[in-house]
Amino acid sequence: MKLMAQLTGAPATPARKTLSGIPVEPVYGPEDMRGLELPAPGQFPYTRGIHESMYRGRLWTMRQFSGFATPEETNQRYRYLLSQGQTGLSVAFDLPTLMGYDADHATSAGEVGKCGVSISSLEDMEILFREIPLGEVTVSMTINSPAPVIWAMYLAVAEKQGVDWSRVSGTLQNDILKEYIAQKEYIFPPRPSMRLVTDVIEYSTQRVPRFNPISISGYHIREAGSTAVQELAFTLRDGIEYVDWAMERGLPVDSFAPRLSFFFNSHNDFFEEIAKYRAARKIWAEVMRYRYGAGDERSWKLRTHAQTAGCSLTWQQPYNNIVRTTLQALAAVLGGTQSLHTNSLDEAYALPSEHAVTIALRTQQVIAYESEAPAVADPLGGSYFIESLTAEMEKRANDYIRRIDEMGGMIPAIERGFPQTEIANASYEYQHSIETGEQKIVGVNAFVEENEEPIELLQIDETAQQHQLEKLAKLKSRRDNAKVQNSLDHLRHAAEGRENTMPFILDAVRAYATLGEICDTFRDAFGTYTETSVI
Amino acid sequence: MDRIRVLVAKPGLDGHDRGAKVIARALRDAGMEVIYTGLRQTPEMIVNAALQEDVQVIGLSILSGAHNAIVPRVMELLREKGMDDVLVTVGGIIPDEDARELKKLGVAAVFQPGASLEEIVDFIRSSVKQTA
Repeated sequence: MKLMAQLTGAPATPARKTLSGIPVEPVYGPEDMRGLELPAPGQFPYTRGIHESMYRGRLWTMRQFSGFATPEETNQRYRYLLSQGQTGLSVAFDLPTLMGYDADHATSAGEVGKCGVSISSLEDMEILFREIPLGEVTVSMTINSPAPVIWAMYLAVAEKQGVDWSRVSGTLQNDILKEYIAQKEYIFPPRPSMRLVTDVIEYSTQRVPRFNPISISGYHIREAGSTAVQELAFTLRDGIEYVDWAMERGLPVDSFAPRLSFFFNSHNDFFEEIAKYRAARKIWAEVMRYRYGAGDERSWKLRTHAQTAGCSLTWQQPYNNIVRTTLQALAAVLGGTQSLHTNSLDEAYALPSEHAVTIALRTQQVIAYESEAPAVADPLGGSYFIESLTAEMEKRANDYIRRIDEMGGMIPAIERGFPQTEIANASYEYQHSIETGEQKIVGVNAFVEENEEPIELLQIDETAQQHQLEKLAKLKSRRDNAKVQNSLDHLRHAAEGRENTMPFILDAVRAYATLGEICDTFRDAFGTYTETSVI
Repeated sequence: MDRIRVLVAKPGLDGHDRGAKVIARALRDAGMEVIYTGLRQTPEMIVNAALQEDVQVIGLSILSGAHNAIVPRVMELLREKGMDDVLVTVGGIIPDEDARELKKLGVAAVFQPGASLEEIVDFIRSSVKQTA
């Protein structure tokens, strides 16, 4: 094509690039794949997927992230979703819970139950999973700084249901590094936080072997405005940091690596997203095998959850969001994800209504059962464009990984603001491209409509907060407060030493010490973290 | 003419600061003097910072749904301190009916998702000029 343009003197087609800025040619051919090897799906390095038969063997898990208001109301929503054919649960917690504050803390005012479900104690967790058998349903929990506490509550509920921990399966997000990088829901400084992450990995390896103790997440990095390449690179480099810490703890790599899981975003640039998942698997397989010498094949396989891009949803013409989500979900499926969340059309406004979340789940079901997309493993494998783009993303991500290695790892990189600055720059450039119209967003800066009809939204009123406050006050007067204090004293001692804190957190949780009380114990022992903001 | 001084503030527990940072940078690129508070600021901290930095504008970024608890408190504190002349704008996920209520409290403008940087810059420039 380039040659043709030169010969005829005709103007070349306008330059195009992916959302990550990778130049895109008008057409690709065999020369773009020269030297590339493509082992089959299920074969190292798993570029084409971690299973030989992919979705023919088993569909992805349809896992809608949800949680709002009180544990009572969220429990109802979970039972509804399971009755509609959803195959796993995923808990969204409110901001006080994510920050390790009880519902009755002063800074929780106005935030209780707004962005997720409010959990202050084991009692709330018992209500959240009432009549949901934890030996059968897998549950993902999006919680980071207070992750060991929430996980302890979950394990205590399983105990009360009579479910042996060897049968308990699910995923804890527990990815603190991306909090410093992107989402900013941190409590403690990086090093003690990494110690808690490692406590969970160690404890799960020993006691809850079917649980994924961490979900190494690029989703939030992307939502904060990174490019796809940055999402890929920073997430995998975070993964390397967690492996380093677990191995320093003395865990053999193959004892925990098979249970590491990942979580990526699925954004608008269709082919770039597909290539991103493929490159992620290849880089991770090679890191595990060659950097760490892992011998178990399961340690080489990157298993991932995917969620369509919340930040791509528009407030304008919200029904268009169904279409965006469909394309993004299809990209994740063609990229070979193991589980998937599809966003609801109303999420630029609020937490989704039941009607909107049902459409989102149906979107996955249409892809799964009508489109025939799952019939063939890696159906785009061998596409000149996809393979070339996969290789280019791999190269660019590995460049970033090398730079962070040279800084001494992810913690020094975070301390000097490196990933934060890269993301802020990318996000500003993206916004700028929308301002200039270079990047078109339908309904926002192109094909705009005046006087749109409002849509119906889920309302969360202040009664949730009142309900939570009353329940918490009753709990505090009912429980054995001497036992609570005793358990917190032991926990404080463990936190200041080098022991694994999980058994002590479990004891405190069983005594109905609250999330806030346990996190305050850690705040006393570890101190808190404030970032230096870069704009 | 003196440069317009703006405090960009991120109140509440939410850490999603992409919007606040983009706005801060856009206002700076438009020639304004921008002070960014960083995360998790209480209304008291925000108003104190506004007083100390002697700003003409406060831009609050709230995505978590806590605006009805936070914004009225900021407005109340500004009144108490006799800082009624400070222009307050709010950006984030604010439903239309809440936006109307916030304006009744004295908020000059509410910018919802999809608002352009140009629109925000122009609004601040013209509003500050009027009051100057």
